[in-house]
Amino acid sequence: MYKIVKKRVLNPTVTLMEIEAPLVARKAQAGQFIILRVDEDGERIPLTVAGCNRERGSVRIIFQVVGGTTELLNHKEEGDYISDFVGPLGKATETEGIKKVCVVGGGVGCAIALPVAEKFHELGAEVHSIVGFRNKDLVILEDEFKAASTKLTIMTDDGSYGTKGLVTEPLKAALESGENFDEVIAIGPVVMMKFVVATCKPFGVKTVVSMNPIMIDGTGMCGGCRLTVGGKTKFACVDGPDFDGYEVDFDEAMLRGTMYRDFERHAYEDACNLFKKGE
Amino acid sequence: MAKPNMSLKKNPMPSQEPLVRARNFEEVTLGYSAETAIDEAQRCLHCKNAPCIQGCPVNIHIPDFIDKIKEGDFDGAYKVISLSSSLPAVCGRVCPQESQCESKCVRGIKGDPVGIGRLERFVADYHNNNSKAETEVPKSNGHRVAVVGSGPSGLTCAGDLAKLGYKVTVYEALHLAGGVLVYGIPEFRLPKKIVQKEVDELKKLGVDVETNVVIGKTLTIDELFEDGFEAVFVGSGAGLPRFMGIPGESLKGVYSANEFLTRNNLMKAYKDNPTTPILKAQKVAVVGGGNVAMDAARTALRLGAEKVYIVYRRSLEELPARKEEVEHAMEEGIDFRLLQNPVEIMGYNNPDDRRDPKNGFVTGIKVIKMELGEPDASGRRRPVEIPGSEEVLPVDCVVISIGTSPNPLIKDTTAGLEVNKHGGIIVEEETGKTTKEGVYAGGDAVTGAATVILAMGAGKTAAKAIDEYIKSKN
Repeated sequence: MYKIVKKRVLNPTVTLMEIEAPLVARKAQAGQFIILRVDEDGERIPLTVAGCNRERGSVRIIFQVVGGTTELLNHKEEGDYISDFVGPLGKATETEGIKKVCVVGGGVGCAIALPVAEKFHELGAEVHSIVGFRNKDLVILEDEFKAASTKLTIMTDDGSYGTKGLVTEPLKAALESGENFDEVIAIGPVVMMKFVVATCKPFGVKTVVSMNPIMIDGTGMCGGCRLTVGGKTKFACVDGPDFDGYEVDFDEAMLRGTMYRDFERHAYEDACNLFKKGE
Repeated sequence: MAKPNMSLKKNPMPSQEPLVRARNFEEVTLGYSAETAIDEAQRCLHCKNAPCIQGCPVNIHIPDFIDKIKEGDFDGAYKVISLSSSLPAVCGRVCPQESQCESKCVRGIKGDPVGIGRLERFVADYHNNNSKAETEVPKSNGHRVAVVGSGPSGLTCAGDLAKLGYKVTVYEALHLAGGVLVYGIPEFRLPKKIVQKEVDELKKLGVDVETNVVIGKTLTIDELFEDGFEAVFVGSGAGLPRFMGIPGESLKGVYSANEFLTRNNLMKAYKDNPTTPILKAQKVAVVGGGNVAMDAARTALRLGAEKVYIVYRRSLEELPARKEEVEHAMEEGIDFRLLQNPVEIMGYNNPDDRRDPKNGFVTGIKVIKMELGEPDASGRRRPVEIPGSEEVLPVDCVVISIGTSPNPLIKDTTAGLEVNKHGGIIVEEETGKTTKEGVYAGGDAVTGAATVILAMGAGKTAAKAIDEYIKSKN
């Protein structure tokens, strides 16, 4: 059993938790992920590590309530326990030789983009962060991003905060103005990453994306997380989750991501109804 | 002693009716009664040279345990088996006896061989249901050994070492111990309570089982040594599923057998209102001819499919699955498409509506007929395509079961541990010793996908070698 030592609601659908897991906390690096189960017979879900406190032996996760399992998790409080927590899985984000980087985050993906920005910042790189949200109420981790970035641009779809528009707009402007990033790293919805790659391509700047496909074991056994990268089958859990954006077949990844959409919707509704009854 | 039973036929195994069992997840075979077991045991002639023992990867003293059954001393029979095997209730169910012990049985020359596997299962089940003996906790010798993976090789190695007094910790990556016995082999072939009992027995022997620890990620092999373990056994299993590289393998509704079986077995997707989803397909094609393919096909049937195909590129003769599983699958109505090979998986695509929810789901699999040509490197005749013989099987789910390639996690994080060109860990066959001092390995991590009993045998071999290694150092 793994204890929830901290819980913070970041916005109506996004929650931060710190889970006591000393072995994971000792090793986890930006870009890696964990798999958890809330309770016995629960589903295994992968979540990217959003930071860790090595002294306290805790790992930070940030999740959006999208289905039955995340709804269940969101009802747990500080001091409660979850049944399983395993990691760190996947490869860490590569940082070597990068002096100037543009970190692009979208929605809850910003939770994963933050530790990447922090890591680069720590290593002394110049970090430009571009983060996008649907509206003002959904903006998360603004102060943290500010602290980790040389330059921070916040975008909202409806213009209720920061600048109105998509993350690709300031990215394109920066590239056009001659910002010579060693790398652009995009973390967010697959469709956003696809368009970040399309934006970068004419400039030939190295673009890394962090993929988050459906997964079960997360250790290279089931093959559920496979992607087509450079025409070859790759497994996000052991080969990734970071991949060269120019090589990823995003359309296929988007299609595969919808496999259990109906199931998820029902599971979420069932979980909500369960909690309503309890109240 | 009574005269031998000279019947040419094995006592049949009581089983659920094919059409009933094809719709439930209860165990297919029900096991011999005591009377049937004694009757079957009397078919054994107790040959002096006992060729059956040579056919057993762990050399169980087969005629001896069968003698005990003849006497009605089932506990005694269990003791004989226990000298050589740690998981008889498992092996009695999943060993390919027809190509091992039973293939050497003299009674098989004219008629059926003695039902050794069925007798082994009977003895193990009898013991599990009736034994009141408390597990004796061995006296600790103070030495610590780590075992990576809780599948058949790891459980066996851990059990043997614990009985010798070692303090053993088993590390399991998943949330439940048992490895392929829990995520891979379905309930209807190996009830999970049997596996749980084996794991519980180990714990009673003083073995610690740490779930949710991925060696190569959470901890490395070198860290295990730093932590005070004197030897490490790696039984981490087979690894990444292989795909065929044909168009359509990423469509929705295409699974590797590992994923399909894990969702169903480990994650219990067969339940009403499961937390982990699985596609409840109407028509399913399983590609491959091994035990895993049979398991996947029969699982699909039990999940409610009305039509299930096995697509296999060679003929029935080459089909590598255990004979009983193939027979069971056929009885249950699985359609065997032999000498056929997939060339493409087709999916739905509505060109007028990119948001059509059916887009990207499997609609069929195109197969081509094959004929057998000259023998290949494996000695089996190589299948060759017959041009122009393509046919489309309409299906909404495809399960690919064509094997695995080794998992890179341990090799990538363990300096000095060498692997062969296929990625399997290199070991000395007689000891399981790897190229890194103090590290031993066995099971699928070494051989690639093989059987439970071979993995168990490797676990035993390594346990013995580890004992000698640690003694030699102290």
